[in-house]
Amino acid sequence: MSPAHYLALSALLLCLGAAGVLIRRNAIVMFMSVELMLNAANLALVTASRMHGTLDGQVFAFFAMVVAAAEVVVGLAIIVQIFRSRRTASIDDASLLKY
Amino acid sequence: MGPQPFTMPHIEYSALAPVFVLFVAATLGVLIEAFVGRTLRRQLQLLVTFGSLIIALAFAITQWSSHAVVAEGALALDGPAVLLQITLLVIAIVGALLMAETKADPAGDAFAPRTSAIPGSDDEREFTMRGWTQTEIWPLFLFAVSGSILFPMANDLLTMFIALEMLSLPLYLLVGMSRRRRLLSQEAALKYFVLGAFASALFLFGAALIYAASGELTLGAIANAANQDSSTTSLMLIGAVLVLVGLFFKVGAAPFHQWSPDVYQGAPTAITAYMSAATKIAAFGAVMRLLYVGLQGLQWDWQPVVATVAVISMLVGSSAALVQTNIKRVLAYSSVAHAGFIMTAMLAVNPRGLAGALTYLVTYGFVSTAAFAVVSLVRSPAGEANDISQWAGLGRKSPVTAAVFTFLLLALAGLPLTSGFTAKFVALSSAWNGWTGGVVIAAVLTSAVAAFFYLRIIVSMYFSPAKDDISVTVPSTLTRLAIGVCVGITTVFGFAPQAVLALVEHAGVFVS
Repeated sequence: MSPAHYLALSALLLCLGAAGVLIRRNAIVMFMSVELMLNAANLALVTASRMHGTLDGQVFAFFAMVVAAAEVVVGLAIIVQIFRSRRTASIDDASLLKY
Repeated sequence: MGPQPFTMPHIEYSALAPVFVLFVAATLGVLIEAFVGRTLRRQLQLLVTFGSLIIALAFAITQWSSHAVVAEGALALDGPAVLLQITLLVIAIVGALLMAETKADPAGDAFAPRTSAIPGSDDEREFTMRGWTQTEIWPLFLFAVSGSILFPMANDLLTMFIALEMLSLPLYLLVGMSRRRRLLSQEAALKYFVLGAFASALFLFGAALIYAASGELTLGAIANAANQDSSTTSLMLIGAVLVLVGLFFKVGAAPFHQWSPDVYQGAPTAITAYMSAATKIAAFGAVMRLLYVGLQGLQWDWQPVVATVAVISMLVGSSAALVQTNIKRVLAYSSVAHAGFIMTAMLAVNPRGLAGALTYLVTYGFVSTAAFAVVSLVRSPAGEANDISQWAGLGRKSPVTAAVFTFLLLALAGLPLTSGFTAKFVALSSAWNGWTGGVVIAAVLTSAVAAFFYLRIIVSMYFSPAKDDISVTVPSTLTRLAIGVCVGITTVFGFAPQAVLALVEHAGVFVS
């Protein structure tokens, strides 16, 4: 199979993730969608690495995984804190700041 | 095929010295949190923070005349990068002074004593009564500062992504740590985090597409690949747009600015003061390096995109600021408009455009930080008085504060004899050539609109009756020093523009 197919798959995953962020209203699900987008990028990086025969893309994917892990820590901390003070993780209820 | 011998990469550690100093200090701060008792912790953290910031500043100044690509192409140590690093470090010192202030709020500093305690709970009241303070803000702050000074130096997409995250992740947390109005603060942190993570994912995917198109990650090599092979240009352009969206989000340019008014309003004002300047300076440093070095061959493709974003930013920033009632939101929308002015200068793809944008970044950072510092001083019994109607009659109540704020607003509006005029003049005149002249006309017209809402605040401060429950706290030396430094720099760059112009001229151009 040509690597270009994997690139197309990664673009599809990115679109699914982006749609999830824009449509879903639960902060945790939105956050999972962001993780899907990050993993789509990882797939694209590894595919491109295979296409060009260089290792840069694979190294980049490792860094991206570490960053994603750090982002999980920070993100869940913020979401849990919100949930504890409001008893909800819905994005629509967080509406004190507007206009 | 046998295993290839491993060659150690050659890394110039002196180039990384400022970043390393701050990173080590931040790690030390984490250890202090773990092992030092509560009574000594704050003093030690302050010592580590200010000590490391000053050492990092000294290291950055010694690199003032470097012009080289170092660390196997990952970092570029050149005039613009070092100038922005020095600016960022001075702003970080000013920001740290504001964060250390304990006199403005009767209950202590501006941060929640325990962020884990539920707002309004018994736990929270007890922690406040005991006078505990949150000291984890200092290591978080240092991590953010080390990311911010790596950002303008990043010469490949991987380093740029890491710097972006190092700057952003601690800021997401710091935004949610306000002592007063905690629900607003937590909501701001959530919004900043979700939108920020979305933008970084787009950045990452864009970087992957650029790598797929060119097979390179360093900006210079990407430019070479783009010039040699035009068959992959469309893939490269899609990647470039996604990377730019990620970076435009960080600088708060419209239509990617939706987070900024909410975050600026909800965050503790000391953090707003720091991040309003630092994220803009750091991320614009990266945007300019990406456009001027990595995508120099695609100039005709990206110029219309940047021009459109610049015009939208100026229009949205100026018009939305007109209808705001909260002073922090006014300043946030004004920062959106300022992002548009900086991008107008970048449209002139030549050393003059670069000099214009650098001048704007160096001068704007100090004005914005000082303005938010003044905002933190005007208070009502419930906390900061951020409603513009509450600022009425401030000129009679506290003439000095009102005068300083008036001066800063005039600098934001770009009146002569302030650094704002110098910056606007250099930035807009550099783009006054060819079709980008149209964008300059839009910039001049929107500055006129912007001047209206700055003047409205000034008129209300001097010509309206004062409110009774509003007081201006007399801050400790820390805040006075912070505001003094910023106002001093704004005055000097306004009365003697040649000072900042000489700095920018010495900075020169990007190494490629």
